[in-house]
Amino acid sequence: MSARERTLPSDARPASNFRPTAETLALLREKARFVRLETIRLIEVAKVGHYSSVFSAAEIFAALYYDVMDIAHGDPRRPDRDRFLMGKGHAAVGLFPILAEFGYIDRETLDNYTRLGNPLGDHPDMRKVPGIDFSSGSIGHALSAGLGMALGGRMQDRAFNVFVMLGDGEMQEGQVWEAAISAAHHKASNLVAIIDRNGFQLDGAVDDVMGIEPLDEKWRAFGWEVHTVDGHDLDALTTLLRQVKADEARTRPCCIIARTLKGKGVSYMETEPGWHLGYLDPSDAARAVEEIMNRTI
Amino acid sequence: MNRPLSPNSWQYRELNAKTPGLSHLSDALISLVEAGEPVVAGSADLQYSNGLNKFAEHYPDRYIQFGISEQNMVTAAAGLATTGLKPYVATFASFLGLLCCEQIRMDVAYCAQPVRLIGHHTGISLGFYGTSHHATEDIATMRAIADLTVVSPADGPQLAAAIKASADYPEPIYFRIGRGREPDVYPLDTPFTFGKAIEHMVGEEITIIACGMTVHPALEAARTLNAQGHSVGVIDMPTIKPLDRAAILAAAGRSQVLMSVEEHNVLGGLGSAIAEVLTDEGAGVRLVRHGIHDEYSLIAPPTHLYAHYRLDAAGIAEVARCAMGIRKAA
Repeated sequence: MSARERTLPSDARPASNFRPTAETLALLREKARFVRLETIRLIEVAKVGHYSSVFSAAEIFAALYYDVMDIAHGDPRRPDRDRFLMGKGHAAVGLFPILAEFGYIDRETLDNYTRLGNPLGDHPDMRKVPGIDFSSGSIGHALSAGLGMALGGRMQDRAFNVFVMLGDGEMQEGQVWEAAISAAHHKASNLVAIIDRNGFQLDGAVDDVMGIEPLDEKWRAFGWEVHTVDGHDLDALTTLLRQVKADEARTRPCCIIARTLKGKGVSYMETEPGWHLGYLDPSDAARAVEEIMNRTI
Repeated sequence: MNRPLSPNSWQYRELNAKTPGLSHLSDALISLVEAGEPVVAGSADLQYSNGLNKFAEHYPDRYIQFGISEQNMVTAAAGLATTGLKPYVATFASFLGLLCCEQIRMDVAYCAQPVRLIGHHTGISLGFYGTSHHATEDIATMRAIADLTVVSPADGPQLAAAIKASADYPEPIYFRIGRGREPDVYPLDTPFTFGKAIEHMVGEEITIIACGMTVHPALEAARTLNAQGHSVGVIDMPTIKPLDRAAILAAAGRSQVLMSVEEHNVLGGLGSAIAEVLTDEGAGVRLVRHGIHDEYSLIAPPTHLYAHYRLDAAGIAEVARCAMGIRKAA
């Protein structure tokens, strides 16, 4: 039994060494706010988009890209970089501004999001967008792709980690569980799944459409190390992600269930699940921007 | 209780000893690894059917057993390819070309990952295992996927040559291969070029264009017909996409009738691909498409099925005679 298994459930372990400083937390809060504001700005160009799917994941994007992941600034193809994949590819509009800030997407391209011939659409395309590690759009594939990357890294003695963000509705796809069985069997300890458990999908509440609980027990039963965290608590989330990444004794893949709120940051989206796909008139967008600017998450 | 088994008894794992054509797959992959290629092979609980157990024994660190999860295997192969490895993953063609169609489109071809997909036991070669195990639609699905090369080798040596030639091929490839019981058409180490047809015989009355396991019986049929005074040509078209358009147009220019032969539905397969070229170019030649005529195959041992569907040498000769008759009547 590894040290990791002996200490389960690891949620209870002291994590003080991994906690971000106040300065880091302030930076990450600012980046999560930036993701939400840019999402509103870009969807104004497209006239339709997945605001609330990005808002539930904004802190996850911020923690991964501005703190946890080792990504090569200036070289989006460096072989030893950490990888990020999105099962919920419809939240890509929240990732593109980050890649633009890293210099992988030029400003004009970003501003013309979704316009004819632009590489940036509703879902991420690795062939067209530097910094996108894998294309997505068909729900349920990403964990398998991440598994392949994790096994490929291990086969070649590369120390990178693979982070795969999955939607909670995505748990209804069979291929996710094929990948889950396979990753545990092959002891893909460099694979981390992050489930954005915002509770809603297109047709309504996940629990009503096709219930997925008990989610933590399912992943544990499939042989994964499982953690549950408040996906908007940047202190707890960043601490956990740092801790998971640093744990070299782990022999299993790791699943983080991030409890989130769909539309987090904009009150009228938080209370109305129909915002999975929508458009904000400029006057309502202004209200959303004002709220995001004035609230601290 | 411990009475010795009859010598006529055999285990499933002995099967691959009876399919010499498929042993070329492992051997070719082993030679690629020996040449320093970053090959990784994967199978979905069929390593004794496709012979990859031999590769697994040679290079256990370069082999991944995916269990019965074909879609996961295909997508994971794309993930492996992003790290610089060259993945070759294999399962029955009925599962690979149909069940995994969307994973091949989204994760392999759309993502431009140089994955090599090996769909084996294709066509009706699994005989009485039935429709679930037959693949008579995989050429149609695979050739409609952009940026995917589709190759149907005629025998084990051509499979081996194509696998070796694939090491530096830039695009993903779908290999449609048989059960490994096909008689050899080519000697070992015959060079293979993607996208090039191989002209075996030139004929003025008819040219038979075949792929996969139908090449050998097509050649036999042509020899029979030519011995009877006909002028029958045969072209092996191992690369179905990209198609050797020049070879088709040259045959159309010198033969009065063309005939495609494939172990596939006549809708969407090699015959359809040839018809597209003839139509595009306005070639005024009749094309008879021979194969499975939009139906699910009967249950029978494979050799009985090939005879029933006229995909053996005698059947192909019979269809060719009819095709020449059609030409004469017109």
